[in-house]
Amino acid sequence: MLDQIELRVKGLNFYYSGGIHALKQINLPIYSNQVTALIGPSGCGKTTLLRCFNRMHDLYPGNRYEGEIYFVKDDILSPDTDLISLRSRIGMVFQKPTPFPMSIFDNIAYGLKLKGIKKRSDLSERVEKALVHAALWEEVKDKLNASAYDLSGGQQQRLVIARALAVDPEVLLFDEPTSALDPISTAKIEELTAALKKDVTIIIVTHNMQQAARISDRTGFMMLGELLEFGDTNKIFTAPSEKLTEDYVTGRFG
Amino acid sequence: MTVFDDELQKLKEKLLRMGSLVEDAIKNSVTSLVERDNALAQRVIDNDRLVNTLDVEIDEESIRLIALRQPMASDLRFITMAMKITTDMERMGDLAVNIAERAMELNTEPVLKPYIDIPKMREIAQGMIRDALNAFVKKDKKLAVDVIMRDDKVDDLKHDVLQELAFFMTQDPTTVSRAMRVSFVAQYLERFADHATNIAEMVIYLVEGKIIRHTLPPA
Repeated sequence: MLDQIELRVKGLNFYYSGGIHALKQINLPIYSNQVTALIGPSGCGKTTLLRCFNRMHDLYPGNRYEGEIYFVKDDILSPDTDLISLRSRIGMVFQKPTPFPMSIFDNIAYGLKLKGIKKRSDLSERVEKALVHAALWEEVKDKLNASAYDLSGGQQQRLVIARALAVDPEVLLFDEPTSALDPISTAKIEELTAALKKDVTIIIVTHNMQQAARISDRTGFMMLGELLEFGDTNKIFTAPSEKLTEDYVTGRFG
Repeated sequence: MTVFDDELQKLKEKLLRMGSLVEDAIKNSVTSLVERDNALAQRVIDNDRLVNTLDVEIDEESIRLIALRQPMASDLRFITMAMKITTDMERMGDLAVNIAERAMELNTEPVLKPYIDIPKMREIAQGMIRDALNAFVKKDKKLAVDVIMRDDKVDDLKHDVLQELAFFMTQDPTTVSRAMRVSFVAQYLERFADHATNIAEMVIYLVEGKIIRHTLPPA
């Protein structure tokens, strides 16, 4: 296992505009080409943390970060960060599939066009590559001009992943990517995750502990805005160090 | 208490019941030898099916819990260890049966010599299984380590018994069949203690999440 660090969270605090102190003094390494799962009860701050990595909180005024998140050597939280570039380097996939109301092809070509790729042949090549990468190509290659809305939920989610992959991200953030999917689509996304980590670093927020156990290399357990335990997934689910982690993963919380 | 906690508690009770059956079996098997009590030996042999039944029940219940509950962390360690502990205890029950069988054979011949070390081995081995299970229930790592340490004493006693019996056999060939049987009994008791040691090692895994098997320096 390569243990190169892709992202390093240092002394991170986050305050929502209402003043809620949602993340407290988080320190955490995210390793390159690994899947890191964030688990914890609702309201523990795991999605809040995930959304710090691509500065999603900036979409709402009044939210405030403290601390640093180093992405290789640059601090993501610095005011100088180019957010458009950041969000193409660190892509995000949400709980519910979010295809654009356009064709399958255009969904993926959209980001590429924004990046300045205009030539039809280049676009076609990149679209195909992204769809293959997201394990969707075989299912859609004959209907690229059909609306993305015609796809099933599981296919839409893979389309969204393909869209994120098209712009060659270094990191993908998954916010409960399978919670709206059936078990078969879930299994496909999980398989895809394992294949994708060759090329990208993945951080996933999930309520499904078996999923975290199945697909992640590292797991962080959060509660009330704090990261209580972080370690090898293996260890977290067989012999965690913290009593609260133990209570949570065995379902004896509270 | 959740339904799952209740199921875990029942599994634990079954393990303890199996442990106390095995403890009785080892005690009675050696008593049947020392007191030349064939009826008691037969009871040890008959009662082994209770141990075997529990062995199967514990395995089935553990597999069911893994499939349906997807246990994690200490629950996972507990259930997987229950499956291993039951295997060791089933073997311990068989060893007690073997002792009872040798006792019945020996009871057909004159006494070779008074038994001194064999009851001592029995006492230590029986204490080991009792305390291994106590350590398991109380998650007492110290007690588990203590059980593991006692194994050497049983090994030493077995060594003494075998040497003494070898001496008998070289002096008087008519003692060979009896001396062989008694040395088997010593062997069975030594194996019994080894299984108790295995269980104590599993208790340490259960408490600490660390597998210490095959890591202790040879004594």
